[in-house]
Amino acid sequence: MIELQHLHKSFEDKNVLKDISTTFENGKTNLIIGQSGSGKTVLIKCTVGLFAPTKGDIIYDGRSFVNMKKKERALLRREMGMIFQSAALFDSMPVLENVMFPLDMFSDENYARRKKRAEYCLDLVKLLDSKAKYPEEISGGMQKRVAIARAIAMNPKYLFCDEPNSGLDPKTSLVIDELIHSITQESGMTTIINTHDMNSVMGIGEHILYIYKGHKEWEGTKDEIINSDNERLNSFVFASDLFRKVRNEMTESNK
Amino acid sequence: MLIQKFLTRFGRYIELMGRTFGRPDNWIMFGKQYLKEMAQLGVDSIGIVLLISFFIGAVICIQIKLNIQSAWMPLWVSGYVTREIMLLEFSSSIMCLILSGKVGSNIASELGTMRTTQQIDALDIMGVNSANYLILPKIIGLLTMMPFLVIFSTGSGILGAYCTAWIGHVITASDLTAGLQHDFESWFFWMGVIKSLFFAFIISSVSSFFGYTVEGGSIDVGKASTNAVVSSSMLILFSDLFLTRLLS
Repeated sequence: MIELQHLHKSFEDKNVLKDISTTFENGKTNLIIGQSGSGKTVLIKCTVGLFAPTKGDIIYDGRSFVNMKKKERALLRREMGMIFQSAALFDSMPVLENVMFPLDMFSDENYARRKKRAEYCLDLVKLLDSKAKYPEEISGGMQKRVAIARAIAMNPKYLFCDEPNSGLDPKTSLVIDELIHSITQESGMTTIINTHDMNSVMGIGEHILYIYKGHKEWEGTKDEIINSDNERLNSFVFASDLFRKVRNEMTESNK
Repeated sequence: MLIQKFLTRFGRYIELMGRTFGRPDNWIMFGKQYLKEMAQLGVDSIGIVLLISFFIGAVICIQIKLNIQSAWMPLWVSGYVTREIMLLEFSSSIMCLILSGKVGSNIASELGTMRTTQQIDALDIMGVNSANYLILPKIIGLLTMMPFLVIFSTGSGILGAYCTAWIGHVITASDLTAGLQHDFESWFFWMGVIKSLFFAFIISSVSSFFGYTVEGGSIDVGKASTNAVVSSSMLILFSDLFLTRLLS
């Protein structure tokens, strides 16, 4: 479980995050949504420690991340996995070595076991056949799947995904969403996904946090979104005609 | 304002070096990176070092023979001057200036691209000390290879000088040999090696700093690459002045 407590973040005189408090529970797919520039990426970067919050705290299962010593923080980070918007694969290494990297770095297992674990993770994302290829030889969707395999290689307790569907076609986006969702449920990890893909919101959003201009505007589940009367949330989520139609049909069928 | 900017940047450089010079998270991974960097920064530079040194050695010999040497000078002067220039300045300082262009831009653009494509962030999230993992093998790798490059450069320059004798017949091989052997001071060789170690540190650490701290996109990576080459070249020139005075 990750708790954000009154989180603030400013860059010089610009307040990007304003008093954000929430709880991301274990085994749930938590989504952070919001328009571009609303502060989603800053929030996720503060949560993982890439940015230091100006005020507030982040609690990982009772452990304060802000007050942690450098060494403790490095150890906690080994319990984290992250999928970046750009996949961020190491382009000098083939796919298998990318997935093996965190294991090579921190695992005490021998080479055969590390390789077996990396191959298992690659099999999970159905990319075992591409293990000898380099990142530039595979498609964007495949790179994201390799990033998922790398992120889960160390069996993390916390998984962070920064816009995992950006730049992908709708079908591949669904595959990625389902993959992250099923891994989250099977492993019981705390997953936080940063997205503005409404298909993800309606498909896998068990806990959704809507950020508007740096503050928490709304929080709830995907079912609660349909009946929400928050105007800002509705104008963001149901911006397209298709989603408005779906919402109207669902509301009518509920009556 | 300029001094404040310099001090801020210098402070960030010191802070980065503090993170770089720590105990590696995994010695085997460090060893792999170290070997890779020795090959990439050192072995891959041998070709350009040999080529440039060969021609410079030949040109120095021809210039001295045709333009400086006169009837009242001993015949071995060209060989002697060629050796001294190669040992004292060219193979250590000028070769490092050339390498700051090749190696420095390579380091800065590699790290800069890793930063802009979030590969460094990925390392940090995993709990890896990214500065230590990426920069330390580059510094140690270049420090290891640089003395060899200096030796290769001197050897290649002397070979170039011999070619002016064998092929161009500008000087006789025996006069050249006499000049190369005349009044040899072995400290000059060690002076070149010591200077090159300082320069290797400047090239690798300064270029790593500019690459690692890139903010933005491809244009900023290009700027970082240019800044790395300009800054390390300036620092090499300044430190050459002090080191030459100190070691002579």
